[in-house]
Amino acid sequence: MTNFTRRQATGFVAAAVAGFALAPSAAMALNEASAKKLVDALVDEINKTIASGKSEQGMYKDFERIFAKYSDTSYIAAYAMGNDGRRASGAQKKAFSREFQKYISRKYGSRFREFIGGRLEVNSVRPVKSWYEVKTTAFLRGESPFTVTFLVSDRTGRDKFFNMFIEGINLLLTERTEVGALIDRRGGNIDQMIADLKKAG
Amino acid sequence: MFQQLSYRTRRASLPILAGIALVLAGCTQPGPGHDPSVVFDPHESVNRQNHEFNRALDEKLLRPAGVGYTKAIPDDLEDSIGNFSSNLGLPGTVVNNLLQGNVEGAFRNSVRFVVNTTLGLGGLFDAAGEFGIEEIEGDFGQTLYVWGVPEGAYVELPGLGPSTERAAAGKVVDLFTNPLSYVLPSPEKYVGTAAGVASKVGERGRYADAIDSILYNSADSYSQARGIYLQNRRFKLGDGDAAEEINPFELDTQGF
Repeated sequence: MTNFTRRQATGFVAAAVAGFALAPSAAMALNEASAKKLVDALVDEINKTIASGKSEQGMYKDFERIFAKYSDTSYIAAYAMGNDGRRASGAQKKAFSREFQKYISRKYGSRFREFIGGRLEVNSVRPVKSWYEVKTTAFLRGESPFTVTFLVSDRTGRDKFFNMFIEGINLLLTERTEVGALIDRRGGNIDQMIADLKKAG
Repeated sequence: MFQQLSYRTRRASLPILAGIALVLAGCTQPGPGHDPSVVFDPHESVNRQNHEFNRALDEKLLRPAGVGYTKAIPDDLEDSIGNFSSNLGLPGTVVNNLLQGNVEGAFRNSVRFVVNTTLGLGGLFDAAGEFGIEEIEGDFGQTLYVWGVPEGAYVELPGLGPSTERAAAGKVVDLFTNPLSYVLPSPEKYVGTAAGVASKVGERGRYADAIDSILYNSADSYSQARGIYLQNRRFKLGDGDAAEEINPFELDTQGF
């Protein structure tokens, strides 16, 4: 009987501690509004960069900064490297992460030129498992509007987007295919793949 | 006139039936142990040969023509040629909407066709788009998907590019699904075909950067084109929920 009460008491204390520990993070947890807010801010910065009239080099720098600020860069880099990431050294992972961010900014930054005079509009948010899907529509001159989707999670403790789809085309999968092909072409040599990545995009 | 029409329709139904039979019999099925996240590509070696052929064709012919076309033709005219060609395709789309039981899509596309043919001066201007009436896409490959025909293997067709066995069979049938091709007399028909070719060439020029990055700036353009085609095609069909496929909490990001 005593035993039972003590166990009950321990359980209660544990629950209280857990509840207390969880309370602040629960208050900050990702929800539809904060996921939408992140994408709104991201879209706003992208639109500003496009409208800035900067040189291409200047725009890539901006995109690199935007990418670092709004996306879950370590997740995106780890996903892109796929299974090869398991045998990469710490230094290789770091170097890859750094070069991969620059590569993404060049590759997608150069494509954002097509957005000049266009705009992105956020139109819906829905929860998917433990993350959120934010759908936006891109309006470009002389073209039917198309869908650009962002996936947002708070895996890192902050709200970040970790994947992007353009008309269903998955950025992560596309880049994993690319990095995988670069590694295969170099007979599995990760250092040479990183060197190639500097020139790619 | 109507007698002639029904005669032609009857004549046309034969290849359609033959096409359907071909699809039902011809779509290759992956074995039971096949990992669904891996592309089903049993014809890869033939596909890669076709890919090399397509890439050479693009480099020597389509790309220069497309880039030249986009430079030479003013943007407005280019848009009009594209609009004209896609407007002529709408009746075929409506047929597929109906075959899929998508009455709303068929209605929308019909309104689009009428508005663009009249207010849009024969389809040169996308007047319906200005009112927010966008096209609901439909082709026979999509119809087969709705009917439950499996996707089949991935194929890259010479001259036509990435496809699946189901979509390729759909393309064959779609040569016969557009009612306009039975109604329009010969010279007008060829104007439509010419506009179709011109708009395809124009698209190659307009999306030059995007297409170049896949065909010429990727480490393995065959797998890149394959992945991009399949994802986009499935997205348009509404097949699967891509947003659910990757879980960010299941990956070891230590060190990145």
